[in-house]
Amino acid sequence: MMHLKRFYLGLMLFFMYAPILVLMVFSFNDSRSRNTWGGFSLRWYVELFNDPHTQLALRNTILIAIFSTILATIIGTTAAVGIDKLKKRSRMVIMGFTRMPVMMPDIVTGLALMILFLFGFRIVGFGRLGFGTLLIAHVVFNVPYVILSVIPRLRQLDPNLYEAALDLGSSPIRAFVQVILPELWPGVITGAMLAFTLSVDDFMVSFFTTSPGVQNLSIRIFAMTRRGVDPRINALSTLIFVAIMLMLFIINRRDQRLIKKQQSEV
Amino acid sequence: MKRLFVFPYTLWLIVFTVIPIILVAYYALTVTADGQTSFTLANFRWFFEGMTPGEPFFQRLYVRVAMRSVYLALISTAICFVLGYPLAYILASKGFRNKSFLLFMFIAPMWMNFLVRTYAWLTILERNGLFNTLLQRAGLPQIDILYTDTAVLLGMVYNFLPFMVLPIYTSLVRMDKRVIEAAQDLGANPVNVFTRVVFPLSLPGVVSGITMVFMPGAATFIISNLLGGAQYFLLGNLIEQQFLRVGNWHTGSVVAVILMILMVISMAILKLVDRGQAEEEGARV
Repeated sequence: MMHLKRFYLGLMLFFMYAPILVLMVFSFNDSRSRNTWGGFSLRWYVELFNDPHTQLALRNTILIAIFSTILATIIGTTAAVGIDKLKKRSRMVIMGFTRMPVMMPDIVTGLALMILFLFGFRIVGFGRLGFGTLLIAHVVFNVPYVILSVIPRLRQLDPNLYEAALDLGSSPIRAFVQVILPELWPGVITGAMLAFTLSVDDFMVSFFTTSPGVQNLSIRIFAMTRRGVDPRINALSTLIFVAIMLMLFIINRRDQRLIKKQQSEV
Repeated sequence: MKRLFVFPYTLWLIVFTVIPIILVAYYALTVTADGQTSFTLANFRWFFEGMTPGEPFFQRLYVRVAMRSVYLALISTAICFVLGYPLAYILASKGFRNKSFLLFMFIAPMWMNFLVRTYAWLTILERNGLFNTLLQRAGLPQIDILYTDTAVLLGMVYNFLPFMVLPIYTSLVRMDKRVIEAAQDLGANPVNVFTRVVFPLSLPGVVSGITMVFMPGAATFIISNLLGGAQYFLLGNLIEQQFLRVGNWHTGSVVAVILMILMVISMAILKLVDRGQAEEEGARV
């Protein structure tokens, strides 16, 4: 039975990693072909570093991810605090609308925002799709995830804490920053991490809310696949995958060391 | 303070959630001719009648596109369930020392850009690709999978499988193990323990897994675009074509509205299943 389980796990892991392995191997292929091996080479990595479009797209992706995460975290956290104080009925209504972008297919979110932007531009008479609209769109689809991660922490919060701070002479803002916020921190961090990941990986919403002049990585990759075989994609994804695995590995190691430290302290 | 926080967010919701949806509905229900905009159901007629109005309903062009989208989403959901449930069950069961690492291994591919992962299947599946090379080496006949339903299904299962595994895994891990022990103590055999205790208790995870696979499956654009080829049409591709290539917001919006109606219907059905299960539990108690 144990062997059967191991076999099944192995098979599924193979299924998940087969394309990734293929992609990594072919990023070192000297030939331009997708399926014949022409010897080991780093030429696609060199070409990647000499490709200004891809570098610009990478820069856009990172900038959008950082800014949209910061904005969505601020908007989402303050909104969650406000929503938590609402009466049941209005809370249900607000939460219903908050969940909508999460439930909607991202292609619908994308086109709805595109219509909104272009409609708005038509009314005010100026403006066009680009970095600004891309950023706003990312904030829009990230805010619900921050709210949904912060709300559970708020539920666990002792409502007397805030009152106590006020009674002891703290201003409402100071009470929020020094008393409430530290309690919410884990939820805020989870929300921010989710937002960052979703922003980096998004294709569909970005595809509808930007113009051809401003590309992020996903859109750049899509444009490259249109023109057929291009091993630069493989090189780029290999680099990103290795970077992410390294980052996760370091975080994991740090966590484990923390756990060990805590255990030894106990 | 409450007002201070809720008011701006309500405004935010109205501008970025309510108004966009109203705009989509508005475009779906109007046509513009000679600069005049009027309300009409013509766009829905366009979708349901297709190019040749005389044809039987289920053979009309866009009706077939919609049916194919739903069909592929259903099949891929079923495959994800059949593959994913045992996987979640094995991952949640005792016996593996580095369980969290294994789970991590299954989630890690999701951090790689999904366009790139989907594109990598091209290398494997195409006519002279790895898969066919392997078949050839083994002396077997080659097969053309790429640009067929099979390739699109494979792409969907590959991309959405973790969405099925994770919620089921969570519901299995959170399950009160004493309930299982109680069933065993009362003489239930392993099959009964699974079918009457474990599986019913994991249903919430199954339901959210189904939602998380079916919905992106029915609305996919990239997977069908890359693995199905340029001629391959699902609802997502139709939306993209109408909005970005034809430039007709009215017809594009109709497809979006139909997609959203499909989502609402499937969510309602799943909710019924969930509630039916809960009532059955209640009746048994």
